This record gives sequence, C-alpha cells and structure tokens, in this order.
Amino acid sequence: MAFLEISHLQKFYGPTHVVQDFNLDVEKGEFVSFLGPSGCGKTTTLRMVAGFETPTSGSIRIAGKDVVNLRPNQRNIGMVFQAYALFPNLTVAQNVAFGLKVAGRPRAEIAERVREMLGIIHLPELGGRYPFQLSGGQQQRVALARALAVRPQLLLLDEPLSALDAKIRISLRQEIRAIQRKLGITTIYVTHDQEEALSMSDRIVVMNAGVAEQVGDPFTIYNRPATRFVAGFVGTLNALEAVVTDPARGALTIDGQAVVLGRPIEAASGATIGVAIRPETLALGQRPEADGVLRGNVRDVQFLGSVLRVRLALDRQVVALDSFNTTALRPPAVGDPLEVSFATADMLVSAE
Amino acid sequence: MRLQRVWAWLALAVGMVYFLLPLIATFEFSLRMRRGVYSFDAYRVVLADPNFQATFGYSVAMALLTILMGIVLVVPTAYWVRLKLPRWRPVVEFVTLLPLVIPAIVIVFGYIRLYNTSSILPLTGTAMGTNLLLLLGYTTLALPYMYRAVDTGLRAIDVATLTEAAQSLGAGWLRIMTRIILPNVLVAVLSGAFLTFAIVIGEFTMAALLNRPAFGPYMQLLGANRAYEPAALAVIAFAITWACMGLIQLVTRFQKHTHLPR
Amino acid sequence: MAATGGLSDRSARSWAWVGLVPFLAFALLFLILPTMQIVLGAFRDSEGAFTLENVRNLFTPAILGSFWISIRISFASAFLGCVIGFAVAWAVTLGDLPRWLRGPVMTFSGVASNFAGVPLAFAFLATLGRLGLVTVLLRQWFGINLFALGFNLLSFWGLTLTYLFFQIPLMILIITPALDGLRREWREAAEILGASSLQYWRMVALPILWPTLLGTLALLFANAFGAVATAYALTGSSLTIVPILLFAQIRGDVLGDPHLGYALAFGMIVVTGIGNALYIWLRTRAERWIK
Repeated sequence: MAFLEISHLQKFYGPTHVVQDFNLDVEKGEFVSFLGPSGCGKTTTLRMVAGFETPTSGSIRIAGKDVVNLRPNQRNIGMVFQAYALFPNLTVAQNVAFGLKVAGRPRAEIAERVREMLGIIHLPELGGRYPFQLSGGQQQRVALARALAVRPQLLLLDEPLSALDAKIRISLRQEIRAIQRKLGITTIYVTHDQEEALSMSDRIVVMNAGVAEQVGDPFTIYNRPATRFVAGFVGTLNALEAVVTDPARGALTIDGQAVVLGRPIEAASGATIGVAIRPETLALGQRPEADGVLRGNVRDVQFLGSVLRVRLALDRQVVALDSFNTTALRPPAVGDPLEVSFATADMLVSAE
Repeated sequence: MRLQRVWAWLALAVGMVYFLLPLIATFEFSLRMRRGVYSFDAYRVVLADPNFQATFGYSVAMALLTILMGIVLVVPTAYWVRLKLPRWRPVVEFVTLLPLVIPAIVIVFGYIRLYNTSSILPLTGTAMGTNLLLLLGYTTLALPYMYRAVDTGLRAIDVATLTEAAQSLGAGWLRIMTRIILPNVLVAVLSGAFLTFAIVIGEFTMAALLNRPAFGPYMQLLGANRAYEPAALAVIAFAITWACMGLIQLVTRFQKHTHLPR
Repeated sequence: MAATGGLSDRSARSWAWVGLVPFLAFALLFLILPTMQIVLGAFRDSEGAFTLENVRNLFTPAILGSFWISIRISFASAFLGCVIGFAVAWAVTLGDLPRWLRGPVMTFSGVASNFAGVPLAFAFLATLGRLGLVTVLLRQWFGINLFALGFNLLSFWGLTLTYLFFQIPLMILIITPALDGLRREWREAAEILGASSLQYWRMVALPILWPTLLGTLALLFANAFGAVATAYALTGSSLTIVPILLFAQIRGDVLGDPHLGYALAFGMIVVTGIGNALYIWLRTRAERWIK
C-alpha cells in the first residue's frame, strides 16, 4: 500500500472536464512533480489533495485513510503557495509558529520549533521581521518553514518559484530538495518549468488538458517520451516529416535522404509520418555507433559558450543539433556542407 | 460552507429590509392623501404649488451654476497641478478634503460673520450678493467630490504628453484646456457634475441660514405644516438622487467603450 | 520631463504657481478664512482681545448636555453603522453569494449615502412616525403598539436609526475594498495549517482589517456629529444636539451670548477634526501592511 493513493480522480467545472481519471501512487518520502502547461489540471489536482476543491468522483487515501470528506484543516498537510501567502500582520516567527499556535502547543515547544525551522531555512536572525521587509526568496523560505513546522504527513507546493527571478529560482529549488530529503517528507510539486521538474523529482507526472500523459522518473520521461505531447513539452525536439519506403525494416526518407530505423513502423509504404529526434543526440560528423546520417548545409551557428547550437538545412526542413564545445574543433561556418550522425534508436516515431 | 451562506443571506436580508422599508413606506404614505383610496393627489398638489416650482427652479439653477463654477475652478487646477506642480498635490488634496471635515454649518456661519454688511465684501447685504455667497458655499461643498472625480479622470490620460503634442502643433492654453483636456476628462467631469447636482438640490443648512428660497428649506417648511406632501417630496428627492447616481454609472460604462484597456 | 535650457526652465518653474492662484484664492476666501474667523472668534471677546471665556462658558450643563447627546448619537450610529455595514459588505464579498448581487448593492450604497437631510427625515416619519407604515402594520398585524412601548421617532434612538440610513452605506463603500484586499491565499494558508474559520478571523483577518475598521468608525462618528438637516427636519429644535443648538444660535441668539456661537462651532470643528485625523492616520497604517 502506497503512502498516497489517488484513484480515478475526476473534476468537472460545469461541462469542462478539468481532471480526467487521474491515478497515482506515491511512496513515503518520494518527491513527485506535476508538470504541464497552464490549464492542464495540475493545480486543480493538487488543490483536491489539499482539500480546497472537491473531486467530482474518485478517492484520495493518505496512509490508508480516505480524506476526500475531510476539511483542509483536518488533513495535516503542509502547503506552499505561489504568492507566498505569509500573514502580513505577523512577524516571521509568528508566521512559522501559526500552525502550532492553532494546535494549542505549549509556548516553549513553539519557540523551540520555530528556532529549529528558521535554522533549517538558514534565516535564523529574521524572526522579528515582517513579511513586507523580506525579499521574495526569503518570503518563500519562510512559507516553507511555516508549512513544515507542524510536521505534516504530506507537503504540497503550488508553483512556489514562479514569482521569483531566475537565479533565486535555481538556488532555492536545490534548497527545497535538500530540506525535503533531510526531513524525508512525501512531497508533490506543481510546476510548468520542466527544468525544475527534471532536476528535483524522483518521478514526474506530465499532464495535458486534464489527462496524465506519462508518469515516470526524469530519465525515462525525457529519453522515452510516451506521447508526442510529452516529447514536445519536455526538452526540445526536432519534429520532422518522413516518407515511409519499407515499413517492415523501418526504412524512410527525410527530404530524400535514406534512414533505416531497423524496427517495423506501423504505416503504409509511401505514407508521410512524423519523426522526432532530440538535438543532443545528433553529433557533428560520422561516428562508429551512429547508424543514421543526414547531410546538408549549415543554416546558422550559435556559440553559447559551453554549448554549440547548429541548424542544418536539409532539402526543405531544418534540423537543430546541440553539441558540447570542444577546444580542438572550431565551429562550422554558415553555408558549409555538414554531415551529422545519430543512433537510429534515438529517433522517435510519432504515435499518431 | 453551507452555514456561512445562511449567515450571508441573513445579513443581506436585514440590510434590505432596513433600506427598502422606509422607501416603500414613504411611497405608500405619499399615496394616502385622498381618504380611503390610493391616489397621486399629494404629488399633484406639490407639483402645482407655485412655491415648489419657484424653489425647485432656484435650486436647479443653483446646481447648474455650481457645476459650472466647479468645472471652471477644478479642471484647470487639477490639470495644472498634475502637469507643472506635482509637489503641490498633497497640499491641494488636503484643501479639497477640508469641506468634508469642517461641517457645512460652520462654513456658512463663517460666511455670515465674514461677509456681513460691515465687512469689505458686504455680500450678505443684498439678495444677489447672498445668492453669490450661497453659490460659493455650494461650490465649496462639492469641491471634494468634483476634485476627486476630475483627478481620477486625469490620471487615466497622459496629461503631459497630450499637452506637449498640442503645444508643438501651436495650441495655446485655452485651446488645450477646452479642446484637448476637457473632452478627455468629460466622463469624470460628468460624474462629478451629477454628484454635485444631487448634493445641491437637497441642501438645507446653508440655504436656510442664508435665508435663500431654495428647495431644501421649502421641503423643511412643508414638513412642519403638511402631512402627505412631504412624503411625496421625499420620493421625488430620492428619485432625483437615484437618477443622478444612475447617470454616473451610465456615463462611466460608456467610457469603458471609448477607452482602450491598458 | 524634457530637459530644456537651465535659466528659462527655472523661470518657467518659478512662475508656475501663478496657475494655482484662482484655486488658492477661492479656498482662502471661502473655506479657510471663514473657518479661521470662527476659530479665532471663539477666543475673542467683544473688544477683540484674546480670551478663554467663551470656551469656558461651554461648560454649562445645558451645553455639555448637548455635546453629550451629540456624542452618544454619533457614536451609536457610527458603531451600529460599522457593525451592520460590515456584515452586509462581508455578505456580498466573502459570503459566497451570487456575484451579480455586488454591483446593485454598491450602487444602492452610493445612492443611500447621499440621501441625507430633509427627505430622509420625511421617509422615516412615513415609516416609524405615529401614522407611519411600520407603526400601523405592527399594530394591525401583531397588535404591538410601538408608541405605547415608549418608542418615539423624535428621540435619541429615533435619530440614530435614521442616521443609519447613510452611515451603513458609507461603511459598505469604504470597507468593501478592504475586504477585497483580504487575499484568498491567506485564508487557505490558515486553513491548511489547521485553523478554523473563527481562528482565521481572530488571528489574521480582523487584525489586518482593524485599522480600517477603527478609522471608518471615526469617520462615521465625525460624519454624524456634523449633520444638521436630518435632525432639524425630524426633531425641530426639540432634540438639542450641538448642530441644532448652533443652528438656533446663528438664526437668533438663543443663548444670549453671541460669542458662544463661535465657541460651539469651534467645539464642532475640534470633534470632527479629531475624527477625520484618526481616520486618515489609521488608513495609512492599514495600507502599509497590504503591500
């Protein structure tokens, strides 16, 4: 039995099917992200777990107990909001102490716990400040401390870093993950930023229009996307058109150039299908393990320091490739003829 | 959540009863003039009363003049402050809030003492002078509302850029004011104007103490002597106030169609 | 602001205040000087010398009683206006009622807050006067004789009840934006931390609203204190609140001492001035928190 079991969760807003048959088992201590574009239902699902939305049908079991009929203040869940939601009339220390004060804990215990939490978020001297005196990053850390102070059984984070600027986001997400690991608390993290999801999570749920398209660990989600949406949403992708020449062998042509996938394709001979390949799986020049080759002229080159981004023009289509900078090799010039190679196993055939 | 909604409906219901009962009662009372049957007799008597026509006409004229004076005083001032003297804004705003702090009765008391027959400006000596004094008093009373309305309207348009554009095309101050600024804050000005109208029409204290034949003192006198006509007057007064507020809503909604969303 | 040449810019700026002259002249002549005349007059005797006599003469039982009645009516109508106005504003914003109710309530509040003065007195006479609709209905339907029970519209509670007609809407208009400012996330954060509705209001919402509530109470108090027309039309000169007393004094020297009028008016300004100052001070404090 998993710690958090979400079964057949559905939510309708009038006629709109906002969350469709959502199922997920989360183990204790696991960090799971809900990743998807705006409006995909990830926040609604999170809010149903928290208790702020009532599911149209389905169950949510935490440690074996169905919580769907419990009010949010009865579920012992911690939540961090996108807009921090710190109480403006209370100091940092009073904010962190809030849940404990509501529970009627003795004053000494509260003081000790607050001190401990402020230490965990590395803001021990800011207890007497008011929220409006803190930066965004500081406020969010206080919000995290406040949520964790009551030792919740589950931690929910609703796009907590969206309102912060890029540098803070990166440092803060590492801090959040470190604290989560240290405390071993089961966590659900909602975000539309795939970098956040990939770098922080044990598992990711990729959602689109109310449906969970794929659930898996970051490596699998990225390298073996189950649907076209996941492939396009997570990471960048070259989406190409190919004409099938031999479905049994998986032979096709891309802008007239032959590529043999070595595995059968479900399409008729002569049909046009969509194929996709990630930029970093293409390499400059020939390589022994690469059994696919494409030739063209360099359309443009972006030298980004550690990464070299080259766009290769085929007959009609353009293929982008990312390569690490090598000190020995100079980047190709625009207009140069170029050969790129890839492993045909890395070329994805679109399911549709 | 269900219980909360019950309390909310209850609070709203109590509020509605408190506010609608007097309005219904007044209307009902005003229909009772003819014994035993509901009729509009009270209204007919009131509207035919020459005193009603005279005082109502007087107050309407006063209201229109107050609006005019208010526009002439407030629009250029608000414009000038916003354009050239931003540091004076707090001072000007404070001054425009004073009529809300100092009761009208004190202001008019000051007028009587300051502008009586033995002073430099013996305004109270003549009927015309007193009328002028009342007009100035009304303008003072309406000042906070007029200023706030116009200031809000000016805030929505980029005053500085419009002025520079007009000046670069050769417009003088008067033309800028009348052809550029005023049309663009017309909606705000109209809101202030309707509010001023509502305030002046029913005003009592200043008119009574300055002994002017305005609508307010007329109503009070009628209330002291008659039974059913005052109720009819109250209904008319409420209808006028409602109409003024409704026109403000209408005018602001019209503005939403002519202003691009930012 | 475009930067033009230094010297011409400075002279342009130094003459700009001329544009303010009409307004300042108006304010001076018809607002500030008349008020100063009253304030100074409160401290002047018949020869024009400085004296505290007038203010001291306010402390007679009759006049103090007048102030006391005024204060009580103003406080009662302000307090009840705050409570009921808060309840209605809460119902319409946070009370989970249909959205479309809010607009009409706000519009009506705008109308009702301006419906003060003589017509308001008539309206309440038609409702709760001797022949008023409610009085008659209570007697006919429930057998309750309002006036036999001691109720009288021309009294403290009658006037307070009448004043509520513009106090409650004023409260609604002022407190609604403050209630809108209570962010939904605060309530949700409090709830997920275990707080009940009551605890949320006690520990978060009311402390945040407190300055606005107190400030509006002060404003409503000052508002009621300075009101003349409604009281005069309702009670004539029988209920001697301060504005009525001043009114009678200005009309004809009923107190036998012209300088007392100045002192009375000065007293009024002091009360309304303090009320409004409290309101502004508390409002700025409230806004500091809600960033």
